[in-house]
Amino acid sequence: MSDILLGRLDASALPWHELAIAKTGLEVISGIVGLTAALLAVLGALLVAAALTWWRLWGPLWRDWLTSLDHKKIGIMYVVLAFVMLARAVSEAGVMRLQQALGLGGGGIVTPDHFGQLFSTHGTIMIFFVAMPFITGLINYVMPLQIGARDVSFPLLNSVSLGLTAAGAALMMVSLVLQPFSTGGWSGYPPFTEAAFNPGAGPDYWIWAVTLSSLGSTLTGINFTVTLYKERCEGMHLMRMPMFCWTSLCTAILMIFAMPPLTVATGLLALDRYLGFHIFTNDGGGNMMMFANLFWLFGHPEVYILILPAFGVWNEVFSTFSGKGLFGYRALVMATMCIAILSFTVWVHHFFTMGQSADLNAIFGIATMAIGIPTGVKIYDWMLTMYKGRVRISVPMVYGIGFLFLFVLGGTTGVILANPSIDYQVHNTLFLVAHFHNMVIPGTLFGMIAGYTLWFPKAFGFRLNDRWGYRAAGLWIAGFLLAFFPLYILGLMGMPRRMVAYFEGAWLPWTLIALTGGALIGLALLCLAVQLTVSLRDRAALAVPVGDPWDGRSLEWALPAPVPAWNFPVLPVVEGRDSFMELKKNGDHLDRPRDGFADILLPRPSMVGPVIGAAGLVAGFALTWHIWWLTVLTLAVIVGAMVARGFVRDTEYTVPAAEVEARWNAWRALADASPRIRRRDEQRPANRGHAFPAAQEGEA
Amino acid sequence: MIRISLLVSGLWALSGCGLDMGLFSPAGPVAEAQRMHLWIVCALMLLVVIPIFVTIPFLLWRYRYRDGKNHASYRPDWEASWRWEVMLWSGPLVVTAALGWFLWTYTKALDPYRPLSEAPLQVQVVSYDWKWLFIYPDLGVASVDRLVLPAGQAVTLSLTSRTVMQSMLIPELAGQIYLMNGMTTHLNLSADHPGQWTGRNTQYNGDGFHRQTFRAEAMAPSDFARWAETAANAPPLDQPALAALEERGRDPDLPDTFGQVPPHLFHDLAGTATHAHHGGGQ
Ligand code: HEM
Ligand SMILES: [Cu+2]
Repeated sequence: MSDILLGRLDASALPWHELAIAKTGLEVISGIVGLTAALLAVLGALLVAAALTWWRLWGPLWRDWLTSLDHKKIGIMYVVLAFVMLARAVSEAGVMRLQQALGLGGGGIVTPDHFGQLFSTHGTIMIFFVAMPFITGLINYVMPLQIGARDVSFPLLNSVSLGLTAAGAALMMVSLVLQPFSTGGWSGYPPFTEAAFNPGAGPDYWIWAVTLSSLGSTLTGINFTVTLYKERCEGMHLMRMPMFCWTSLCTAILMIFAMPPLTVATGLLALDRYLGFHIFTNDGGGNMMMFANLFWLFGHPEVYILILPAFGVWNEVFSTFSGKGLFGYRALVMATMCIAILSFTVWVHHFFTMGQSADLNAIFGIATMAIGIPTGVKIYDWMLTMYKGRVRISVPMVYGIGFLFLFVLGGTTGVILANPSIDYQVHNTLFLVAHFHNMVIPGTLFGMIAGYTLWFPKAFGFRLNDRWGYRAAGLWIAGFLLAFFPLYILGLMGMPRRMVAYFEGAWLPWTLIALTGGALIGLALLCLAVQLTVSLRDRAALAVPVGDPWDGRSLEWALPAPVPAWNFPVLPVVEGRDSFMELKKNGDHLDRPRDGFADILLPRPSMVGPVIGAAGLVAGFALTWHIWWLTVLTLAVIVGAMVARGFVRDTEYTVPAAEVEARWNAWRALADASPRIRRRDEQRPANRGHAFPAAQEGEA
Repeated sequence: MIRISLLVSGLWALSGCGLDMGLFSPAGPVAEAQRMHLWIVCALMLLVVIPIFVTIPFLLWRYRYRDGKNHASYRPDWEASWRWEVMLWSGPLVVTAALGWFLWTYTKALDPYRPLSEAPLQVQVVSYDWKWLFIYPDLGVASVDRLVLPAGQAVTLSLTSRTVMQSMLIPELAGQIYLMNGMTTHLNLSADHPGQWTGRNTQYNGDGFHRQTFRAEAMAPSDFARWAETAANAPPLDQPALAALEERGRDPDLPDTFGQVPPHLFHDLAGTATHAHHGGGQ
């Protein structure tokens, strides 16, 4: 069977295989769907490659981006990765919605096996390659600026983390072309994913994609935590950090403790599958319940890894667009910490139905509900932030309002699920699917899109078009309501999750409504694409070079947009919270450094990150298909790259003081020439990023 | 034909919403209590949700930005208040305490391992890919994909899986419990009145997952006794039949009722099963 050169890779892995062996009409359609997806992936890659060649961009891409150790560029690359993967995962969701709408009586457009791959890739991608890169990217870009730092503590490690995450994402894309992927869902429970039941390549793709991502995220967690402890500028006490930094800190700590159980779980499963161990198998003394425990020891903190940075964004959004300081800073810090700690004490709620005692279930159920207390406090604090403020319904605020309403409902259904006696009924049904989408879409995803809208001008120097932004936000909210509220009903009617087809007429209307919701979400995504295109076209009118388009409060808004590679000309000194707002109220900006400008040392680009990423991708692929020589080779490349890096002495370059000063002077002249605008002009071309503090509008 | 009739019934359901299945129409004390608990939680949560839903639009309207024409008071530096803080934390605390009390009582009362009467009927459930075997150890009979119950009588199910993990759910009667290979779990339920419901596996286990349903059928006790008598004359559950059950999918020649079931069959199939009250861990 197994070839020396190609392992177990053969013609049956090709994307037209399903079509070639199709016998029924359904199998033909399913094959066409799969082939189309593979062709789209290949076509997309070819188009990008062609464009890069045509505009001779390979060099700049490599020099200025892929090898860059600048936290801002790494952050942007993370977000780009998240958007690309979002497009795929939403498309898959669309196919699933269509399938379930057509699936009454056993029909539809995909076979059961194909459907199994769809929910597995959709879930895996959304969690590990959309939500995680998005939050990592946003934190990467924003957090060092907010604490007045030049970069993260370990810029090279940052690049390696990105490489590993991108490798996992690329492996997911490869699995679309050289099939199949796992059908074991995003949680990959054995024994279903053991060799005894699924000997093929599918579960191995899942194992290695997830392992690459979890390694990358562990390193990211370490990097962010150390940065937040060590790189804060003078005067930036912990209790003066912007809330986004606090949520980043909690997230980073959670990553350090929560990702390793996942790496261990997938690693042990790999031992079972590759070396015949019996850790989670049915026979030989294996016990799958250990996998469930390990997985959810990661899985529950993971949902807080996903939500806390979004909470951080909401803090910034509500206070900025209410023209008011955040209400209850101390309480919010406390609440965030409570949530982070409690998140490790509730994992059993993912398997109340595994047969443990009622006492144990009750204790974990109550612990779960206890998380609702700090979360509720946060909601109230945001409401009190708007209270006695002057609220501007900007695009991020529309997402924010949608978030407040929908998240409260999602929290309610979460409390419902926390009750073991009720969970016995709705566990593993569409009620659960509705609940967690109710948290991750209005919570995480809306938060990320709001953050993208908020900080895009900081990163690129121009605002995003508002009209298309409002359209996208409206469609997201409406689409979400239609796509997921029917699933609550279906769940209570007893419809399990992961169902390709069904034989209950009463379920049909609700799946049809959900389908229209899915369509609206597709349109929302389209609006985001149009928004980006239109904004690029109109970038001159939307430009905000002075850097403070929203009357921001924290340090990043004191910098020009886009931010120069060195962030701050000299490291700032702060004297309180909302440091930039205080400055603005008294005079103007961060002033000319009193002791003049100095040379700045910055990390030199390095190819170690992309090399380890590429080798990680090939290693994952080789392991999946049992191509042993390639596995050894790529692992050697990874070790070699790390060793070689040890011999690089010249890791930094100098930006001369004169260059820093010239840039600063030019920016300052621009700022002085641009009028300070009031908030009523926020969305007009007059907004060049020079803000008049909203708090003083009444007085002027 | 079947598809068309299903479609028609679906469209009919659209008009009436068809909310007469699952947890919406419980048919036994366990599901009934579960639904009751659900309503209690919903009611308590409405106490939290409604004020928020009313207040947010009010805030957005009252404190909206109006260039130069603001009448509402504006206090950009109002960022902390102990009085508010105490209220913000104590409100959710009180509601959670109330919810926690209900959680504790209902979870203890509805422990799936707690028998509903002194001497419940014993039924043993074995899940295969993608079918169910129900063994009646005291009657010496078994059936495939059909769980026959005497209405009004408490039943104790003991469950195991001969394949990957599965989860058995009959929403109208009781919640679900996992079935795992080499382990035994339990579920207690009872049906108030004769009727038929669909039971399912909710834990994905491959291509036949969506078809892995069974009929749960509660009959009057006399009918049940008659069914058991007839079943006793069905073909024996011997080695070939057991081997056929282990095959994936459903062999059309396989009978759906068996007589002469060996008394220790379930224990053999469950492997190392023990009688420990709790702990799927065995
Ligand atoms: C954008 C719109 C989205 C739509 C329309 C959508 C739709 C779906 C559908 C139809 C399923 C399968 C449900 C079933 O089991 O029957 C699913 C599963 C899932 N989705 Fe989404 N989804 C969306 C966004 C997201 C996001 C943002 C995340 C996470 C960040 C996510 C994470 C998941 C996960 C983890 C699963 C479970 C996969 C499994 O069963 O293993 N989805 N989604
Ligand atoms: Cu959880």
